[in-house]
Amino acid sequence: MAYSFPEEVLEHVFSFLSSDRDRNAVSLVCKSWYDIERWCRRRIFVGNCYAVSPEIVIRRFPELRAVEMKGKPHFADFNLVPEGWGAYAYPWIAAMEEAYPFLEEIKLKRMVVTDESLELISKSYKSFKVLVLTSCEGFTTDGLASIAANCRHLRELDLRESEVEDLSGHWLSHFPDSCTSLVSLNMSCLGSEVSFCALERLVARSPNLRTLRLNRAVPLERLANLIRRAPQLVELGTGAYSAEIRSDTFSNLADAFSACKQLKALSGFWDVVPSYLPAMYSVCSGITSLNLSYAAIPSSDLVKLISQCQNLQRLWVLDYIEDSGLDALAASCKDLQELRVFPSDPFGAEPNVSLTEQGLVSVSEGCPKLESVLYFCRQMSNAALIAIAKNRPNFIRFRLCIIDPQAPDYLTLEPLDAGFGAIVEKCKELRRLSMTGLLTDRVFKYIGSHAKKLEMLSIAFAGDSDLGLHHVLSGCDSLRKLEIRDCPFGDKALLANAAKLETMRSLWMSSCSVSFGACKLLAQKMPRLNVEVIDERGPPDSRPEGCSVERAYVYRTVASRQRLDMPDFVWTHDEDSSLRYS
Amino acid sequence: MENSTVEKEYIGDEELELGLGLSLGNASGEKGAAAYGNGGRILTAKDFPNGFACGTKRERAQKSASSSDPAALRQVVGWPPIRSYRMNSLLSQAKASNVAGEDDESSKKKMNHGGHLGFVKVNMDGLPIGRKLDLNAHKTYQTLAKALEEMFFSPSPHSRGGKEQTVKLLDGSSEFVLTYEDKEGDWMLVGDVPWGMFLNTVKRLRIMRTSEANGLAPKSQERNEKQKSKLI
Repeated sequence: MAYSFPEEVLEHVFSFLSSDRDRNAVSLVCKSWYDIERWCRRRIFVGNCYAVSPEIVIRRFPELRAVEMKGKPHFADFNLVPEGWGAYAYPWIAAMEEAYPFLEEIKLKRMVVTDESLELISKSYKSFKVLVLTSCEGFTTDGLASIAANCRHLRELDLRESEVEDLSGHWLSHFPDSCTSLVSLNMSCLGSEVSFCALERLVARSPNLRTLRLNRAVPLERLANLIRRAPQLVELGTGAYSAEIRSDTFSNLADAFSACKQLKALSGFWDVVPSYLPAMYSVCSGITSLNLSYAAIPSSDLVKLISQCQNLQRLWVLDYIEDSGLDALAASCKDLQELRVFPSDPFGAEPNVSLTEQGLVSVSEGCPKLESVLYFCRQMSNAALIAIAKNRPNFIRFRLCIIDPQAPDYLTLEPLDAGFGAIVEKCKELRRLSMTGLLTDRVFKYIGSHAKKLEMLSIAFAGDSDLGLHHVLSGCDSLRKLEIRDCPFGDKALLANAAKLETMRSLWMSSCSVSFGACKLLAQKMPRLNVEVIDERGPPDSRPEGCSVERAYVYRTVASRQRLDMPDFVWTHDEDSSLRYS
Repeated sequence: MENSTVEKEYIGDEELELGLGLSLGNASGEKGAAAYGNGGRILTAKDFPNGFACGTKRERAQKSASSSDPAALRQVVGWPPIRSYRMNSLLSQAKASNVAGEDDESSKKKMNHGGHLGFVKVNMDGLPIGRKLDLNAHKTYQTLAKALEEMFFSPSPHSRGGKEQTVKLLDGSSEFVLTYEDKEGDWMLVGDVPWGMFLNTVKRLRIMRTSEANGLAPKSQERNEKQKSKLI
């Protein structure tokens, strides 16, 4: 059949397949389909940069235009991965320079990107269009200057939540006058002031600009002029939202906002002066996404704003909103899909605001489309969790963080097993779960039995024994990422479920009870798993074999298990002498 | 739970590292050690024939129910799970709203209470890879210096500085001094200003060779006055 169907036709058919899963499935049909597909694949997503090597990717997919990649494991966000561990972008950038002269897009998450890499990107690709660096680090504003100066067709420059060494705001002035292609600019993570003139001119000459996220250093007085030059904006991130209360500043701002008929998303709002919030009222009815997670203002002001946004789908907010504010949210925003509530004073001994489990219960009751939640609070009860599960069986993501990580049900002092059990039992589509509170092996039994669609699970300070881990590994059929810290899980469960680990992207275990001996055994048993022992106390074999390792990071890979950029506090299986870790 | 003497030897040094947060062995303090003892036996369901109830766990649970101990919480690395850019932003907003009442007792309390949330980078001359340190885990220059001394000069087998003797970073007696970059981009000697003021202004730390730190040598009063006028 394959020989009677010209390649071009198959290629054309394949061009309608955008999902990686579909394309991967297609490549498995037969050898010629594999070959045709690999030549016409244009986008690739690598979930773990160490699961594969640049050489392997380049060899298989010679004509890529877009590369998306993730580096460090998620817990790196909370400083659990020591600096210097890895995830360097440079080897990839350097390898791709030769292989993909027509590369247009690079999206990286949790990787170390240097100015050198950025310069290389800016000079290597004639049609480079999109650079998205999420939670990356290792570069300075000099690297940004190279991108601005050399990428003549740049459409997107998005630095979300990256840690950039901010040498000066001068980088923005490197965009040449001829650059008119910008569609998205996100500089919200930067500290320095950029030249406001340069910024205004850049915005003015970018008719396709849809997303503009300013940094805190852009004062409110400048915002009106910027918005006025871009009434077509769909997503706006303000700078500091404070100024002396002046009616001309206010009316200027209000006028500018009223011209923005397409605005759907708002963010920024550092240092909010509540009197200026009404300047935005004209756009509120169209707003679907609101990020107020930096706005330290009282509940009443938050509620006044939110109740104008009846079409709100996503809300990120600080716990200043309190239970009363969440009640109001539940009453006015019936389209709400995602809610994130962050703590304003996480280390305070006493709660500074009146935000409890009740707020979450209200929202789960009042918002029928709610499917994704991240909620920080100080107390929780099984009753509340059970109610939430009953109200909202359509949860896809449920992440609960109780500030005291082993807090029991505050009403009964029992573990929160039953509550989370209800969540996994009722929410059959649950894909992501993070739990806190006093939890025993029982909750893991529930998870193993019910959470069949669960893909990512985060556990901290929970469980009693290996049985807990065993329930999860043996029961959760769709599990891809498992991250665990400070739990009494160890060797038995790990070794008993070794094969399962190859079906997952990765497993992270820190401050658990995994021994070096077990890590060695696992690596020997499973040649396609890289078992990294990350331990800053020195060579693991200088301690007794039963001693727990500080961290174990296990991931499947088709690349070498001895990555060349391993720092001296990481040990993996030595291929040459199979019984010895080098 | 058995705790052999061999294991005790290895646990010994780690107990000191509560404030460092980088060596996780017993980062959760007594909670961690009690439940699953670093390097001890792996607990299994057999250890709990009567179900989950384990003495220590219940004690911990009751302790948690009565009051969460913020000091202990701060010693735990990465808890609560909030990204450092978010924490740093919370802090600087708290400061901004406190500017008017800087001398006020309650706002001072609030400042110290909030502290400098988040980690600062620490680099040492001669070492290419820096470290991160949670300043919030410290209340005095002494504990900060001790933590850094242990981090960079610890006589463990995996010593980074390769030095055996204990190094004192604050008294000017060693080859290295502790310096910091402040919000204005100037490099200062650590220890000259009150701790709270230091927290408000420090951006990152550097362990510098004494020979290179000449320009930073404190000229006591003159410098303190210069500092005060800078910070007001």
